Amino acid sequence: MFNILQKTFRVGIATSNYPQADARISAQFRGRPQFDFTVWRDARPAANVCPTGAIAIHDRAQVRQVTVDYGRCIFCGECAEASSDGAVRMTREFELAAAARGDLVLKADYALLPDGSHAGLKEAIVVPARARLGKRVDAAIQKLLGRSLAIRQVDAGSCNGCEQEIVALNNPIHDIERFGIHFVASPRHADMLLVTGPVTRNMELALTKTYAATPDPKVVVAVGACGISGGIFGQNYASLGGVDVVIPVDVYIPGCPPRPEALLHGILLALGRLGTLRKNSAS
Amino acid sequence: MSFQQELRQLFPGQIRSVDATGNNEIVILLNRSDVAPFAKYFLAEHHARLATVFAEDRVAPERTYYIYYVFDRPGESPWLILKVPISSYEPSFPSLAADMPALNWQEREIQDWFGIVAQGHPNPRRVALHDNWPDVHPLRKDFPLEMVLPPFVGEQHVYRPTLGEGVFQIPVGPVHAGIIEPGHFNFAVAGEPILYLQLRLFYTHKGTEKLFENMPIHRAVFLAESISGDSAFSHGTAFCEAIERAANIQVPSRAQYMRTILLELERVTNHISDVGAIATDVGFVIANAHAGRIREMLLGICETLSGNRLLRGMVSIGGVRRDWDESQLEALEPTLTLVEREFRDLVRLIESSDSTLDRLEHTGILRPEKAKMLGVVGVAGRASGIDLDIRRDHPYEAYSQFDFRVPVYDAGDVWHRTQVRIDEVGQSLRIIRAAMAGLPPGPHRAPAQPVPPGNCAMSAVEGWRGEIIHWVRIGENNRLERCKVKDPSLNNWPAIVEAVEGNIVADFPVINKSFNLSYSGTDR
Repeated sequence: MFNILQKTFRVGIATSNYPQADARISAQFRGRPQFDFTVWRDARPAANVCPTGAIAIHDRAQVRQVTVDYGRCIFCGECAEASSDGAVRMTREFELAAAARGDLVLKADYALLPDGSHAGLKEAIVVPARARLGKRVDAAIQKLLGRSLAIRQVDAGSCNGCEQEIVALNNPIHDIERFGIHFVASPRHADMLLVTGPVTRNMELALTKTYAATPDPKVVVAVGACGISGGIFGQNYASLGGVDVVIPVDVYIPGCPPRPEALLHGILLALGRLGTLRKNSAS
Repeated sequence: MSFQQELRQLFPGQIRSVDATGNNEIVILLNRSDVAPFAKYFLAEHHARLATVFAEDRVAPERTYYIYYVFDRPGESPWLILKVPISSYEPSFPSLAADMPALNWQEREIQDWFGIVAQGHPNPRRVALHDNWPDVHPLRKDFPLEMVLPPFVGEQHVYRPTLGEGVFQIPVGPVHAGIIEPGHFNFAVAGEPILYLQLRLFYTHKGTEKLFENMPIHRAVFLAESISGDSAFSHGTAFCEAIERAANIQVPSRAQYMRTILLELERVTNHISDVGAIATDVGFVIANAHAGRIREMLLGICETLSGNRLLRGMVSIGGVRRDWDESQLEALEPTLTLVEREFRDLVRLIESSDSTLDRLEHTGILRPEKAKMLGVVGVAGRASGIDLDIRRDHPYEAYSQFDFRVPVYDAGDVWHRTQVRIDEVGQSLRIIRAAMAGLPPGPHRAPAQPVPPGNCAMSAVEGWRGEIIHWVRIGENNRLERCKVKDPSLNNWPAIVEAVEGNIVADFPVINKSFNLSYSGTDR
């Protein structure tokens, strides 16, 4: 017993101060790839190497539409390596959670040139995701004080990568309980389902039943590229794709897997919504 | 007399060809599917171990299926692969599972995936495809990847009934209480003790092996990293090694050292968190808090060295994607020293807690003879007297350069599965340090080159759980034709059934955790 206490005192407080302070992440961490649509001359090399089809090209008539879907991205960095024009750059940004699936998709229309490259950015929809989320999260943290949230995690077919990082939320470094958030053993005790994917054929029924067993009001968070879109597995005879194919999703957290701070950010974002949901169901 | 001559003399007229050109494997092609005498001979005379069995659909090009039996002979580095043709007309093969229970699931998988009947299998029910699936065989080439199957209705699996006064059935899962992967456990209990456990897995089956087929090889590396997320680097490396062998790509020695360091980091990270999780499952939660802290230190290094906490996106065909500079390496030694010290303190805390040890010792015993019969591998095997380690027995990457000890115990209980991990952490840190010290200069990746179609190769990697096997056939245009994946969990799940018998239900979580098997790696 003495040993245990002695060790505990010696270690002191290990917990990170995120999100009040910046997350401690290494210089090499690969976060959001950033696309400079104005200087991008050829999206084909990036689209060719992208393992999940997160970067896609649609040519029709003289127009090339390039879409970038952070909901499919596994943050491998191949697109940045492949794009010689410097239009794609890996950043260390990880706060990518969004409340709408469409907010994770960027689109740019270009004039298609005869050699297959493109020029002249015609139109771009580049969502300023981060700024918009930032405000919401701050409000959420304030609202959060004194409130508790119970999360039921559901692995609907994941590779276990996301689970590794979700488990890490409970370690002393990330310590999600400091926000009054805890993981519970039954959906019947839960306010939130934290679901990883892709949703397999064999887990579809279990997921629907778990959703039905969770009392209203409830929030569903889809975790990781596979939970959002099916990721590298996509849709096939055994995989249905993202969580929202089966149950409604409130917040999407990109990553492969999302690091614990990214999960925390997404969960807090979802909490902002939970507040309004609770008000609605009370009235 | 050479091994080949001996075989031809013993089995006259049965061997069509022997290909020993690969440095890693000897492939013996048989004339017909009568494999039993060969298997018995290798097992009895060469003390071989049947590592895995899998099938391949070659009906379109060769009008036949093949089944491959992979043998591991003690003291012999090349793997022995028996390649057995199976007629495409009413395809079937003689089951060996009655004599070799280790093949029970794998033969049934062949039935499910390919519709090749395992003649004489003692329990020929479906294992990989759930009972509510229609009559399909997804790994046949004429089955399209994106086939839309009709909606499934309910669960139709029939469990062995639980009968007798005071005997109850406890169904658990697939959605579990903790943050773990899905699977179904059906316990039959008489009061507290478990009479028997029935397992039902493959809930996370996501078509991985089918998805590999026709996938561009450079993309498939990322799919390999998603076979089992806690072993991303081991599976990724196993896949890349198989391709490198098939294409005869020489991996530069710097890359081999870098891979070795990362493989060992993956092992240390997972072993330490397992030690914490095992302690937590018997109520010693503070140990897990420390383990979680140490794990974070290691994940920090992993991120610094690879850009990802779980080492994703680092391994590539021919080496690794990014080289290391001095600044990345500087952080390594101080962190390793810290990890070593903190882990020693953690182990001391556990060892000084009698109530914890009391729960771990003599719990969930897997006897060596059972382990051998079931073909158990990895940590669980070494705790039950199975002296196997691919790093030592079939050296890959830079492992032949380093001295390390392979811990083996006979007790086979939860504590010794923990002890194997504790010992291996020490050995791994030694390997990492030696590899750091000897890290050669030079390129970190062989130049990209096209991979010749038609070539096949196998690779084996000692992941932190145990033996990972990948086998590939290259297709046209740098695409894959087939990729077989064998995760160590596949061998070890049936061992849990043995280990829990007679234990109390309350000890199931810690027994399960002491094996810590991958559902996704099994289900693919």
